[in-house]
Amino acid sequence: MMTSTELELQSFVLLRLGERRFALSAREIVELVAPSRVFRFPHRTKELEGVILRRGRIVPVCDISERLIGKRLASRRFYLVATRKYSSGSDWIGLPVTGECELITAEMTPPGATDSPHVAGWIAHDGDVIEVLNLEELTPGPRAQGTQEPSVSSAAFAHEVRP
Amino acid sequence: MQAPAPDRRPAAKTEQIVLFRVGGKLFAIFSGSVQEVRSVDSLSGMSHELPQSTVGKVRHFLRRGDRTLFVVDGTAHFGLPAEAPSLVFVLRHTRTALLVDGIEKMTSISRLQALSPAFCHEERRWYRGLTAIDQTVVPVVEPDGFLSFEEQTVLDEIVAAQAQQSEKGRTEEHPA
Repeated sequence: MMTSTELELQSFVLLRLGERRFALSAREIVELVAPSRVFRFPHRTKELEGVILRRGRIVPVCDISERLIGKRLASRRFYLVATRKYSSGSDWIGLPVTGECELITAEMTPPGATDSPHVAGWIAHDGDVIEVLNLEELTPGPRAQGTQEPSVSSAAFAHEVRP
Repeated sequence: MQAPAPDRRPAAKTEQIVLFRVGGKLFAIFSGSVQEVRSVDSLSGMSHELPQSTVGKVRHFLRRGDRTLFVVDGTAHFGLPAEAPSLVFVLRHTRTALLVDGIEKMTSISRLQALSPAFCHEERRWYRGLTAIDQTVVPVVEPDGFLSFEEQTVLDEIVAAQAQQSEKGRTEEHPA
């Protein structure tokens, strides 16, 4: 039986941004896809580059590298498509990553009081201590930006034409 | 041998859209939202200039009966590099006449995907959603999104002040 002080083994996906590695809970990961065309159109959410088309869905692309490693990715090999939760539901988001991703199992240590809000916890792997990312803090969304979040009905993620 | 059962799936509902360009970028609008398409040249005798205001994207207005329509520069609205517009869309049930580069084509779509909540700024007012056409993603504009109520109020005040000014000028020129 597990006591409250014991840590639970969980699955994580390790992703690489430049020279650094980060982790996301494997439960949040949809798939890893090869680079595809990014469609750009005018908008004012500066964290978003545009959108990609994946399996008939239009997926926003958010480059988190600038915030995490201080620079945009010069070369990118894949998009890690993850599920991002909003208070009205959830939707896919594409994260540009460099290098292959790796599925591992590890114990997560909860974040400390001084950690940045985007840190969901820490894991140890291959002698490295790796940040587990909190997508809700790292990627844009209505709550993070202080604007009104659309209701589920208005933000139905795929719906029929409404002329 | 039995004939195959007829396909009883309901046909996908489609809607006609107009694909158009503003500042070189591709946009879509439901064709039912466009009341009228005119050439910019045909506006020259009908439009009235507005002084510069806080609503920089509107420099002209049109009188239509008792209605005033505001001519919105699409490039300024979307923050795109200025292009010479060739057409103006008068948008149904709005007070907007939208300047556009030109029409690309008319087509139909069967699926409109709502803008992801990750897009959390002005674009939520600009677009009804996104659609994929010929392996390209195109934003479908919201006709009401070009002018907010506040912007219309500011513009109405400017038009009223201008009318008052010209009335005063006429009275001074031809006193009763």
